[in-house]
Amino acid sequence: MDWLTQFPQMDDNRLRDIKKIIDEAFRGFTRAYGDSIETLFEPLRIFMVQAERFMTGTPWIIVFALIIGVAWLGSRNPKVVAATAVTMLLIGYFGMWEDTMKTISMIFVCTVISIAVGIPLGIAMARWNRMQAIVNPVLDVMQTMPSFVYLIPVVMLLGIGKVPGLIAVVIYAMPPVIRLTNLGIRLVDKEMLEAADAFGSSDWQKLKNVQLPLALPTIMAGINQTIMMALAMVVIASMIGVQGLGQPVLRAISNQYFTLGVFNGFAIVGIAIIFDRVSQSFGKRLQKHSEVVHG
Amino acid sequence: MADPIGIEIRNLYKIFGPQSAQLMQAVRNGMTKAELNERHHHVLGLNDINISMPAGRIQVIMGLSGSGKSTLIRHINRLIDPTAGEVIVGNQNVVTMSPEALRDFRRHKTAMVFQKFALLPNRTVLENTCYGLEVQGIPQGKRVAAAMHWLERVGLKGFEKKYPNQLSGGMQQRVGLARALANDAPILLMDEAFSALDPLIRVDMQTILLDLQKEIRKTIVFITHDLDEALRLGDSIAILRDGEIIQQGTSQDIVLRPADAYIESFVREVNRGRVIRADAAMEPASGPLPDVTVGGDCTLEDAGRLMVQSGTTRLAVRDMQTGRPAGTLSMERILAAITQRAPGHA
Repeated sequence: MDWLTQFPQMDDNRLRDIKKIIDEAFRGFTRAYGDSIETLFEPLRIFMVQAERFMTGTPWIIVFALIIGVAWLGSRNPKVVAATAVTMLLIGYFGMWEDTMKTISMIFVCTVISIAVGIPLGIAMARWNRMQAIVNPVLDVMQTMPSFVYLIPVVMLLGIGKVPGLIAVVIYAMPPVIRLTNLGIRLVDKEMLEAADAFGSSDWQKLKNVQLPLALPTIMAGINQTIMMALAMVVIASMIGVQGLGQPVLRAISNQYFTLGVFNGFAIVGIAIIFDRVSQSFGKRLQKHSEVVHG
Repeated sequence: MADPIGIEIRNLYKIFGPQSAQLMQAVRNGMTKAELNERHHHVLGLNDINISMPAGRIQVIMGLSGSGKSTLIRHINRLIDPTAGEVIVGNQNVVTMSPEALRDFRRHKTAMVFQKFALLPNRTVLENTCYGLEVQGIPQGKRVAAAMHWLERVGLKGFEKKYPNQLSGGMQQRVGLARALANDAPILLMDEAFSALDPLIRVDMQTILLDLQKEIRKTIVFITHDLDEALRLGDSIAILRDGEIIQQGTSQDIVLRPADAYIESFVREVNRGRVIRADAAMEPASGPLPDVTVGGDCTLEDAGRLMVQSGTTRLAVRDMQTGRPAGTLSMERILAAITQRAPGHA
């Protein structure tokens, strides 16, 4: 009656064998294809290096002006711009300028990739139900699987460095933009689509003129969420060699440097709030036409 | 201006549900809507519709909600595919068109106005009006010129830069109308186009449409649930109930000779004085003709007003085609026509 008190599990030896076989197979795969996969990601590495070089190599005053300029163009709100300026000056004054620049460049690259991959994928999901049925569970896994688990194979394949870190961040941060693009397009009023059809729109014209513009507020919310989630991954990414604000935090954890942790933590919070406010008010400004409602 | 073309709908059936094709034969053999719903959980949307819509006239399709009128109009540009039947426009069968041919047909032959306007909220009035032409690939300058022309015709000059949200319902539907007219298609499909507007604005829009129609002479298919609107606009009216046509005819036919008790119950609420024409109520001329003459298409209300103004109780009625006197209309005849109930159904 053993099986009543103890779960009837697989034989220990067999379990060990299975694990061993899978590990061996993956290691073999890594040895065989690691190099070619690394070459595949080379453009990504160059993109990241260039972005980082630009942010850290350019004199701080120019980068600062650039950030203020983007904040203004995005929000057109003096309060947001002033808050951005104060935050950036404090970050610089407390000696975190260089790390912040590295983090911002990483977030930038990650956001660009998430948008470039996520929006077309979201469109495809909205178009084909089967696509949605396949992608949705994958997104569930991406969002709930502990990052360390997929870091293992990524690191085995690509080693420690920027690219594996970026991949980890993108895996975690991309789902919102995909999900909300899909949702936004599916929520577009049926009568609007009917009107577009009645005038003889092609699929592309329908997408470009009706579905994407009407889904834009939802898509913007997705992009905003993607940026926020990328920032949340900064510390974990630093464990596999991504430079920036995550590394001092990591050092603070292992050496119990309270102040170092707090400073860098607040720097991450600071740029998160800046990104959030600027991107949100940019999204709102795109929807200006819907504000003036006829009484 | 494109030449008007007529629309011929023949033996059109629409069954909603996954096994519509298999159930088609049962419906042809006389299965009713209720039976189909009960036994097969399919909805009979349209049942053997036959309408011939003449070119350049306003065909009204009237029915209450659920009668299938919106389903019917969507078959003309095939926003809904029929289960069986033909829709012949000009000499083309819309039902068998390839997707490309259908797109081309929708771009050049039809334009549609929607109950809830369906304007793009992120585009200005002008950009919305251009939409049909933009889809056709007409160059920017030309489409703006056409759009401006039609916006002016519907009374929206000066509003081009506004967004739909900044306009009232009536004005939004004028944009919808201008957008459809800018397409310069011979067929105009109007799906409850004025139903969402309040009564005064609705009458206003009807007037605009009737005035425009004198000049554009399009084949207009107008869907409504409002009999007054149907009688005012329709050169020809088809009344739909539970997916079947129960009467087709002119406004005179509907009001004077309702086909059954159902239509009779609608007609009872109608202001007959504004619908019935002098030539439908007149009697053959006998003896000397009265001095005052009215056209045969004059409504009884207008004829009565003329009597009061000219201090007479008899009018001569002129035949609209020959221009010669066709009969006389007395005060008694007017009263009788206005107060009459159709026999048998009341």
